Amino acid sequence: MIVGIPKEIAVNEKRVSCTPDEVKRIKGLGYDVLIESEAGVSAGFADQDYADAGAEVGLNASSLWDRSDIVCKIRPPEMHAEIGNHESTLIRDSKMLISVYEPALRKEMTAQIAEAGGTVLALDAIPRISRAQKMDVLSSMANIAGYRAVLEAGNHFGRFFTGQITAAGKIAPAKVLVIGAGVAGLSAIGAAVSLGAIVRAFDTRPEVKDQIESMNAEFLDLDFEEEGEGTGGYAKVMSEAFIAAEMALFAEQARDVDIIITTALIPGKPAPKLITKDMVHSMRRGSVIVDLAAEQGGNCELTVPDEVTNQEGVTIIGFTDLTSRMAHQASALFAANIFHLLTDLTPGKDGNLVLDLEDDIVRGSTIVKQGEILWPPPPIQPSVAPPKSTSTPTENEPVEKPTPRKRAISTLIGMGVAGILLIAMGSVAPASFMMHFTVFVLACFVGWQVIWNVTPALHTPLMSVTNAISGIILIGAMLQIDASSQLAVWLAIVAVTIASINVFGGFLVTQRMLKMFRKE
Amino acid sequence: MDSTIYQGAITGAYIIASILFILSLGGLSHQESARRGNIFGMLGMAIAIVATAFHESIESYVYILIPMLLGGAVGAWRASRVQMTQMPELVALLHSFVGMAAVLVGFSSYLGSEGLYSGAEKVVHEVEIYLGILIGAVTFTGSVIAFGKLNGFITSKPMIFPGRHLVNLAGLLICIWYGYDFIQAADIPHGMIALIIMTIIALLFGVHMVMAIGGADMPVVISMLNSYSGWAAAATGFMLSNDLLIVTGALVGSSGAILSYIMCRAMNRKFISVIMGGFGGQVTRSGAGQADQGNAVEISQDECGATLNNISSLIIVPGYGMAVAHAQHAVFELTRKLRDKGVNVRFAIHPVAGRMPGHMNVLLAEARVPYDIVLEMDEIQDDLADTDMVMVIGANDIVNPSAIDDPEGPIAGMPVIEVWNAREVIVLKRSMASGYAGIENPLFFKPNTKMLFGDARDSIEGLIAHLI
Repeated sequence: MIVGIPKEIAVNEKRVSCTPDEVKRIKGLGYDVLIESEAGVSAGFADQDYADAGAEVGLNASSLWDRSDIVCKIRPPEMHAEIGNHESTLIRDSKMLISVYEPALRKEMTAQIAEAGGTVLALDAIPRISRAQKMDVLSSMANIAGYRAVLEAGNHFGRFFTGQITAAGKIAPAKVLVIGAGVAGLSAIGAAVSLGAIVRAFDTRPEVKDQIESMNAEFLDLDFEEEGEGTGGYAKVMSEAFIAAEMALFAEQARDVDIIITTALIPGKPAPKLITKDMVHSMRRGSVIVDLAAEQGGNCELTVPDEVTNQEGVTIIGFTDLTSRMAHQASALFAANIFHLLTDLTPGKDGNLVLDLEDDIVRGSTIVKQGEILWPPPPIQPSVAPPKSTSTPTENEPVEKPTPRKRAISTLIGMGVAGILLIAMGSVAPASFMMHFTVFVLACFVGWQVIWNVTPALHTPLMSVTNAISGIILIGAMLQIDASSQLAVWLAIVAVTIASINVFGGFLVTQRMLKMFRKE
Repeated sequence: MDSTIYQGAITGAYIIASILFILSLGGLSHQESARRGNIFGMLGMAIAIVATAFHESIESYVYILIPMLLGGAVGAWRASRVQMTQMPELVALLHSFVGMAAVLVGFSSYLGSEGLYSGAEKVVHEVEIYLGILIGAVTFTGSVIAFGKLNGFITSKPMIFPGRHLVNLAGLLICIWYGYDFIQAADIPHGMIALIIMTIIALLFGVHMVMAIGGADMPVVISMLNSYSGWAAAATGFMLSNDLLIVTGALVGSSGAILSYIMCRAMNRKFISVIMGGFGGQVTRSGAGQADQGNAVEISQDECGATLNNISSLIIVPGYGMAVAHAQHAVFELTRKLRDKGVNVRFAIHPVAGRMPGHMNVLLAEARVPYDIVLEMDEIQDDLADTDMVMVIGANDIVNPSAIDDPEGPIAGMPVIEVWNAREVIVLKRSMASGYAGIENPLFFKPNTKMLFGDARDSIEGLIAHLI
């Protein structure tokens, strides 16, 4: 099948959904790859790079859409000025679109594509189960946005992030507050910490505290325990008391910090307003706010989407295209996510895409399959307990385990039988044999006790040293050296030789090995 | 001097030698006392040999001295030249020598026993000879085959003949029948026929037994042959009425038996099923857990090297692949560099990692890795969850989560190092091939696992170059 990569048409969109590196890998799955002319130029990938990787290049938009079986895009379908048609009308007759799609906002488009017999896989609808992490474009894009947010802040911030003591005087480190510790927030924390800033972070979910602290940032605790209900405070709905406490915390922090990066989003709702006008005004001149929620209305009251504004010396950055501002990196990660998805969809590695609706990932992300609307998908069963249809019942059956008492009885019986056998043997065997036998049994017991104490690290030296001492058979051979039969003597000589190899070789190699074991 | 005084003095010396041997094994309980233990062993052996030389029946000292010097020289030469990665081969070879010597001494003892014993004593003595040769012969060929498998002369895959259990049973019955024949034999030439037939069957049995056992079970086989070589020595002691041989043989025999037991427990397998062989031949696929595995994520040396610069703790899990690639020195170099940067580097050793008990420890010791950062599986299991990165070098089955997750899988219940609990796992491997157990490893498909393909030594040297 043919995978087509069009040039993104959205305004300010610099990314591309596939890179030359991934072209090679996708071709490895058996697909042919078409690249629209100059699709990757704004992300730093020339057509020639794609051609070198084995893709067919130089197509215009309409022939690309025409020839591709699968079109991989970043942005949801839009009106295409060059073709003169809406992109969604091009997805028909078993053609497939893989892109970010936001299905909840596009019910009409979905119905129209279904009528035309097309197929849509929404990258943003892939269930967030652990197996799907490698194809999660939301995470990889959020990671970039968080990182870029720190760089944008630095760009407008007139000071160092890191503290220094120089000949010219002391430089205080910048203080950064990150609100919301999702993927973007954690990425921002990581970038700010590594630039040397003092980073604090807040999140309503107390369970992310460890993650924040593991990145050497400070988790801002809300001293809310006294006011919290018995059932655990804000677990269900954030109470007004909670929000008041939260706002008080932000107001206090705003007076102290130099940079605020907000990433707070509630799915399907406008972004919560967390930084009020008053807080902005309370910040020092030269401070910077980066609002990653600008597209959903912003966490800061004064944010203007897509613009940088200045409020009494405080810069507020409301870019919504942070990932596009790192188009090269973002395209690489996006393309890798696409490749992982295609790998999962191509079990035969033969260039034939298979939509197995039994697979949670496929089921969740398939919005339309050849005209059939499959969205919204049924909720996924939590994968905590994998289905074990056959084994579960047997596990519940009482397993017959020997009780200590039963074991004691069977040991007693065993010892009794062994005792009777020994007595029976003693009554027929000659006395000299029984004496040797006594020595033998006692030696076995001593060996048993001693060997259990050997540390497992020395098991190899143990084997070589036992090898050496089992060369004791040498003295057996020595005792035969003057036997009456000539053949017996020769056999004994050979035995002495090889047993000597054992004795000398065994001890020496053990010594060599033990010398190597050293402590610090 | 009176010969009885001699006899008493020899017995006294033998007691001292026995005690020294016991102290020698006891010394191995700690690294600090291990070398002293080995010297006790040498001392015991020297006392035993010198004391035996004073035995009244020995006169031809030249016949003893020359072969002893010859054998000693060969042994010393091999011991000084052998590479640590080849220790399993050397140990297997040394086992075969004990078996061979036991067979030779047995024949020699029988040929020289004309008219020495009568009645019940004769029967007991002949049973002892018969058993001594039987065990010695099985040990001999079994060890030779094990040597060949470890060396690569013989495929390490199990070779299974149809109806092999029946063949073994028939062999056993023939041995018993000839044993009866041997004891009834009127004179030595008649007895020799039975003895030689039995020896041939025992030799074939040794070949057959070890051929059927796969490479991953080698630690058990080596321990078992170690045990057999001890029993062979003990049987020789019985036939020669020599208590020192009996004591030493029993010590070695029980040592090998315990090692076999520990190895079997580490694989959660029954000793009998290992000996019956056949493990790891066919690729076994069980239904549960095999269905959706997704695909493994590959990582390049550059990416992996970059990650290594940002961790504060690392646990390395070595396996046979490290021995094959001779990567232990590179691993130590990496360890040293990381420790200089303040990274907490430790090693986790599974009991059956490698081809013989303790194999990995010896390799790491050779590379000068201090033994206090080399930990056993049980010691380190709980620390994995707090570790930034685990690096699995050429190990597979010992880190396979299906031992825990898949109750019907072939390795269900085997204790494994639960590396997937760490934040990140890097698996160094040559390819996606399955381990000796022949089963898929779901570890490779876990979201926190990355695969670094290539020869382990090249990969690690590449990683060292990326350290800042």
